[in-house]
Amino acid sequence: MIQVEGISKTFLVAKRPPGLKHAVKSLFHREYTKVEALQDISFHIPKGEIVGYIGPNGAGKSTTIKVMSGILVPDRGSCTIMGHTPWKDRVAYVKNIGVVFGQRSQLWWDVPVIDSFELLRDIYRIPQGEYSSMLTLLTDTLDLGSLLHMPVRQLSLGQRMRCEIAASLLHSPDILFLDEPTIGLDAVSKIAVRNFIKTINREKGVTVILTTHDMNDIEALANRILLIGKGTLLYDGSVQGLRGRFSTKRTITADYRENTVPLQLPGASILSWTPDRAVISVDTEQLMMAEVLTQLSSQVELLDVAIDTQPIEDIIVQMYKEYQL
Amino acid sequence: MKAYLSVFKMRLNNGLQYRAAALAGIGTQFFFGFIFIMIFEAFYAHTVTPPEMTLSEVITYTWLKQAFLAFVVLWLRDNELFQLITSGNIAYELCRPSGLYGLWYAKLLAQRISSALLRCFPILIVTLFLPEPYRLKLPPDFPSLLLFLAVLIAGLLMLVAISMLIYISVFVTMSPAGSLLLFSVFGEFFAGLVIPVPLMPEWMQKIVYVLPFHWTADFPFRVFTGNIGIEEASTGLLIQLIWLAALVAIGYFTMKKALSRIVVQGG
Repeated sequence: MIQVEGISKTFLVAKRPPGLKHAVKSLFHREYTKVEALQDISFHIPKGEIVGYIGPNGAGKSTTIKVMSGILVPDRGSCTIMGHTPWKDRVAYVKNIGVVFGQRSQLWWDVPVIDSFELLRDIYRIPQGEYSSMLTLLTDTLDLGSLLHMPVRQLSLGQRMRCEIAASLLHSPDILFLDEPTIGLDAVSKIAVRNFIKTINREKGVTVILTTHDMNDIEALANRILLIGKGTLLYDGSVQGLRGRFSTKRTITADYRENTVPLQLPGASILSWTPDRAVISVDTEQLMMAEVLTQLSSQVELLDVAIDTQPIEDIIVQMYKEYQL
Repeated sequence: MKAYLSVFKMRLNNGLQYRAAALAGIGTQFFFGFIFIMIFEAFYAHTVTPPEMTLSEVITYTWLKQAFLAFVVLWLRDNELFQLITSGNIAYELCRPSGLYGLWYAKLLAQRISSALLRCFPILIVTLFLPEPYRLKLPPDFPSLLLFLAVLIAGLLMLVAISMLIYISVFVTMSPAGSLLLFSVFGEFFAGLVIPVPLMPEWMQKIVYVLPFHWTADFPFRVFTGNIGIEEASTGLLIQLIWLAALVAIGYFTMKKALSRIVVQGG
């Protein structure tokens, strides 16, 4: 459905040292540095997938989204989405996509939300019947009932973001690009947004590409992640795959009935030990988890066992370090 | 087409809610109307050779200018559009399945019409009943009035096409201040908003008549006063339409070019 091949984009950024002297000098001669925002990015995304697009600030996430939504023209490379090249037949293409830029607004500031929706209905030429049923669906799932008749300027950020997402979906797009949809939202709104994304993906088969810095978004939603750093694609695969590739370590926290004999676990390292609790680190490549648990239960009377995988945040940080981003 | 119509309607509704601004505007326009007229009175009192426009024509001209200010000035601007460009919110506009030129044109047109609708009637009605010599004089005959409406609308369409060029220039300069100042100072002078074109020296008139600006203000107002006859006005209307087509074409293509080089940074 989405095919991106070798996309590159360079920005020219004017730069000058501080101070009046250089300010005057730059009037006559300007120096530019080339910033390679994207270098040879390629990926394919089939229909119905939710893809998390992650990377540090300035990695090129938003640039990719903008290229894919037809706003920016890349320097090189090709991109075919549903048979269109986004920046070439922009007008014909954008009917099929919905875009949410978390840091920008598409609603008219001074008028009630519903007015903006109706304007979008006319811009996208949505038949009245389809519009009404979609609006009902969106109002129900995103809980917009009380918001529709309020002016946008009086909405809170979370309320506005829900309306923004609804606005991007009124025309029933096949692809939804979400650029940091949960930025600045509280936990409750985040969960509402996530559930909604899952729902439309499941029920309408909408392909979703989302960028975020919130790893919980990724873990909750994406079956596949693309990691980008300094304009190049570093990883393309599942969340589990990423875990497996970067971390085979698990942490076991065991609570047991008081036992003063220290634990003996060959192959595993004991991080902390008290007579009623131990924290153990296990490398699953070297030692089977079942083995450790059997040994544990033979030595102590277990009350509770918790096995933690390394949080994905840590993995990402580790990856950033590894690739020196 | 429906999309443009709905943007137009939305902006119109939006603009019509600013009543206080309209009231203040009406006050200001009366004030400046009187000042302009008094200056012209003094000028006419001491003139040796009679100018090409009578004082009463100039007074009517001035009131029309004040009443339809929103149709003729270039400094009336939509800050929202400038912000869209400079802040990068234009990203959203580019995700819509319609041409940006048309949408913005509709928006700007609606803004001017809503602003004029709120202001023109009180000014026109009051000035019709002012004591002489300050009274607004109706056109000599009914066809002139109809023709005036036609050329006023054509002039408005031209003006919006010219102002679109200001917005397009912001894609390059990233700041509206420069082009706005340049366009409004020169454009308004050449449109006859400072002094009517017939009162300008002959060499300057030659320049003015080459430029498109006078078609937006001076021409319709002089059709109203009867200073320009019906025949001349009809050919004028034709020339206005040719200008309009040219300005829209220029705007459309420069915008297309600007959009292909656009850079939306951040977020």
